[in-house]
Amino acid sequence: MSLLEVRNLSIAAGASTLVEQVDLDLAEGEVLGLVGESGSGKTITCRALMRLLPAGELRISAGSIHLNGRDLARASEAEMRKVRGVEIGMIFQNPNSHLDPVMRIGDQIAESVRYHEGASAGEARSRAIELLRQVGIPDPARRMAAYPHEFSGGMRQRAMIAVALACRPKILIADEPTTALDVTVQAQVLRLLLDLRDRLGLAIVLVTHNLGVVAQTCDSLAVMYAGRVMERGPKRELLRMPAHPYTAALLGCQPGSANPAEPLPAIPGQPPAAGAFPAGCRFHPRCPRAAAICESERPALRALRDRRVAACHFAVAP
Amino acid sequence: MHRYSFVLYRPLQLIPVLFGISVLSFVLVKSIPGDPVRMLLGTKATPEAVARIRALYGLDEPLFMQYFYFLKNLGIGEMGQSILYKTPVLPLIADRVAPTLFLVIGSVLLTLLIAVPLASVAATWRGRAVDHAIRAFTTAGLGFPAFWLGIMLIILFSVKLGLFPVAGYGETVIDKLHHMILPCLTVALALSAVVTRNLRASMIAELASDHATAARAKGLSESWIFRRHILPNSLIPAINLLAINVGWLIGGSVVVETVFSLPGMGQLLVRAIFTRDYMVVQGVTLVFACATVLLNFIADVLTVAADPRVKL
Repeated sequence: MSLLEVRNLSIAAGASTLVEQVDLDLAEGEVLGLVGESGSGKTITCRALMRLLPAGELRISAGSIHLNGRDLARASEAEMRKVRGVEIGMIFQNPNSHLDPVMRIGDQIAESVRYHEGASAGEARSRAIELLRQVGIPDPARRMAAYPHEFSGGMRQRAMIAVALACRPKILIADEPTTALDVTVQAQVLRLLLDLRDRLGLAIVLVTHNLGVVAQTCDSLAVMYAGRVMERGPKRELLRMPAHPYTAALLGCQPGSANPAEPLPAIPGQPPAAGAFPAGCRFHPRCPRAAAICESERPALRALRDRRVAACHFAVAP
Repeated sequence: MHRYSFVLYRPLQLIPVLFGISVLSFVLVKSIPGDPVRMLLGTKATPEAVARIRALYGLDEPLFMQYFYFLKNLGIGEMGQSILYKTPVLPLIADRVAPTLFLVIGSVLLTLLIAVPLASVAATWRGRAVDHAIRAFTTAGLGFPAFWLGIMLIILFSVKLGLFPVAGYGETVIDKLHHMILPCLTVALALSAVVTRNLRASMIAELASDHATAARAKGLSESWIFRRHILPNSLIPAINLLAINVGWLIGGSVVVETVFSLPGMGQLLVRAIFTRDYMVVQGVTLVFACATVLLNFIADVLTVAADPRVKL
């Protein structure tokens, strides 16, 4: 039984559709990796789940986002305010800019508790200290009074996680949470996320373009390209036996899988610009297996076997 | 080092600035054309009488010695005698401080009272009719000179509606407040035009900022986000803007005091300039310059209080 069920989600900017027919499922305690190149639509998909698309520019044009029997795609703004932060928390790529520079860390955590639960200043404060301890910030009572600029990058990311978890949401959307961090700190933050999953039963949508991060953390994967899901499935199987040529090409670009003596392989060509997607399969201009059918007919996502789906004319059950 | 320790050592850095101010105000007065002794005695005075007065005021000594006396006297609060009023300058100025101080502080408070709500409304409903109306108001505020605006306010509120006195300062506190509303409004209308525009721009930038998005992801309402996150962040540049305009504010008070016949330092300065009352001009210039330095210092303290990232 999934906690969050996204069906046929499309996001449009004016007349052009940027994200099309995205299906996602998130079970309790699951870490779902949303993988793709820049511009593949993974970030705006996340924003759409929170209904945080920039008003007037982007909108959900079709589909549903079911959470606890409600469709968030049709929820009112007032209903969404009770979902954001309370049922779904969100953390962002750049903790430097996503924390308020002139508000104390402790207050940024406590304000959600006070706003949503009407807690007293004292209750909110002790919750904030507890959260800072949970995300591994040493001496949390003293650090409550610090401002974001007094924290290191990794500490800021931990603080942002504490902010997002202030009202104990069951789902955490993490939009490239480690991209702005040092490699050593990246690993620590990922370990923290997994640790929180284990302790709090948190389900996590982890957006990343880094397959190394995926391999370390995720249970299942959705690979996006040019606004569409190319392939979905359990991580282990999907990484070992990719069914879609795009997934295979992505894996081929990983430094670990290439011959160290040779230049790193790359997928030829550029991903298409948003709104200027090619007809047929959107990956066909760059695909090594492209045939005539790929230029004219768009492959639908089809089940290959249990929990494996791919959108390719040539995909076969691995 | 503590963030506020600059409050202790910054005054030391101000000493050279104050020294410069003293030299400038001294030289400025010395370079005004016209002879104060002739002004005092009239054109028919005998050369002996002129020489006696020169010696009396030390005007026969070399320039650097005159500056040295000037500095020494400043140290003991002696700014010389007013030629016009025939009284010491310092008490003369002290009598005039209150209206000017009232005008400057009142104008700044009224400016914030006007600019913060207007900018908030304009930023929240940007591009709508109310935003355009506020933009028209700020354009008008920037375009009208203070003396004209002051006269128009007098005509409208004092002469036509009879709500406020035409001029003067009043006796009791309530009375003074009543008298000061129009002068403060005159300055505030012009100043709030600049501040409103600046504030609106920074509020719009803050509304689109990453931390505002993060605050929305916390499920906070727009009004909560505005009060707790947008406003504190966008007031920081406004403080700097007010600090930059401190000089303009003091200069503007001269005009406004003249329009409203306020017995302040500005009015004193204008009268002293017209009568070549050197010592008074020098004294008021010094006080104005020191006030500018002091107000900028206060603005620095406020900036540090408002922005935890700033270190001075």
